[in-house]
Amino acid sequence: MALKLLMAVSGLLLVLFLFAHMAGNLKIFLGATSFDHYAHWLRQLGAPLLPDTWYLWIQRTVLTVAVLAHIAAATVLARRARAARPVRYVHRPKVQGSYAARTMRWGGVIILLFVIYHILDLTTGTLNPNSDPQHPYANVVADFAPARWYVTLFYTLSIVAVGFHLRHGLFSAARTLGQQTARGERIARGAALALALVLVVGYLSVPFAVLTGLVS
Amino acid sequence: MNLSVRVWRQSGPDDKGRMVTYDVKDISPDASFLEMLDVLNEKLILDGDDPVAFDHDCREGICGMCGMMINGVAHGPERATTTCQLHMRHFADGDVIDVEPWRASAFPVIKDLVVDRSAFDRIIQAGGYITAPTGTAPDAHATPVPKADADAAFEAATCIGCGACVAACPNGSSMLFTAAKVAHLGLLPQGQPERDGRVLDMIDAQDEAGFGGCTNMGECTTVCPKGIPLNLIGRLNTDYRKAARTPH
Repeated sequence: MALKLLMAVSGLLLVLFLFAHMAGNLKIFLGATSFDHYAHWLRQLGAPLLPDTWYLWIQRTVLTVAVLAHIAAATVLARRARAARPVRYVHRPKVQGSYAARTMRWGGVIILLFVIYHILDLTTGTLNPNSDPQHPYANVVADFAPARWYVTLFYTLSIVAVGFHLRHGLFSAARTLGQQTARGERIARGAALALALVLVVGYLSVPFAVLTGLVS
Repeated sequence: MNLSVRVWRQSGPDDKGRMVTYDVKDISPDASFLEMLDVLNEKLILDGDDPVAFDHDCREGICGMCGMMINGVAHGPERATTTCQLHMRHFADGDVIDVEPWRASAFPVIKDLVVDRSAFDRIIQAGGYITAPTGTAPDAHATPVPKADADAAFEAATCIGCGACVAACPNGSSMLFTAAKVAHLGLLPQGQPERDGRVLDMIDAQDEAGFGGCTNMGECTTVCPKGIPLNLIGRLNTDYRKAARTPH
């Protein structure tokens, strides 16, 4: 029970970050100057109280702890579920829960792999074809160039995986934190779907804008 | 109706067990699923074979004794129906039907389709009761209960403890059962004095019994013969969170 509360709280923290991150991403539609300015501002966030990049490192630490806690709790719970049914059914039709609910665990693994790639790509620049820390706008444009369609494809699949993960995850977190009426359940499911859709559309708008030449 | 029934046969807790196919002939479409197994057992006994062991008692859908996975669905294809109230008219002539026991480490197989559900008893023993002096029945209007609360408590109290929720859950979780019991008592004035301790102890008991954790998939509600609603699990979560915060 404590593990599930941990999953709900750490998950919600990560969702908050996803929304902030999406808002920043959408600045790409305001042009290179605006986007690059935003990226440099992130480094100075918290000044003059905090020295340069301190705020960023605090946020990174909190997010990393949240991700690790989320994964650790999920692993323990998944192992417990496995142990709770040592003998499998011979005849077992597909369970009736939604596709999102059934793919939470493997979907989570896909998202983790994506996050690692994404940091190496656009934070450290290791895997970026441009990798110019002064000009993140150019890095993004180079990243999603039509010739690198496989990057866009992987990005799209990963974002869709995030969408599915949140569609069930947000509802499940609400339930764990005590949502308990039938009417509230309909609202929570609807809100989870809506928020997941907003994130998917917001995140996918960037690579597809680059792909179609809207952002160049 | 003539059917092929593939049944899980396991001579005892230590036997490995296997699916065995039997042909069952001349079954009335009006027979219940258990009566179909009765016919099969009569034939097995006449042939000198061991009859298929399965749990049953009232055969009226209210005791919670019967229950088996029929084609991978707890209590079979009909919603809100126990195995004893499932009729053969819901199957077609010539069907092959797979019958398996509930599968959960907390519900070990005793024989064939019979599982030991005493893990549920241990959850009830941990807190699924109220402490009240015995004696003559109190006057019906001694403790007023709002009608809406009485109805909601009754809905939760219709849980017959058959174990279908655990059998259907991909995580082997008993949350719907525990949630029903906690809601049933927690909605009534008589359940208030022990409300906090009850939820903490019952959750401890279900974890100790080896049930899995709930991931809010809703399989349990789908197969529940009494249609216990999924949102009771949210109520259980709230009760647990509040109780865990309060010092005891």
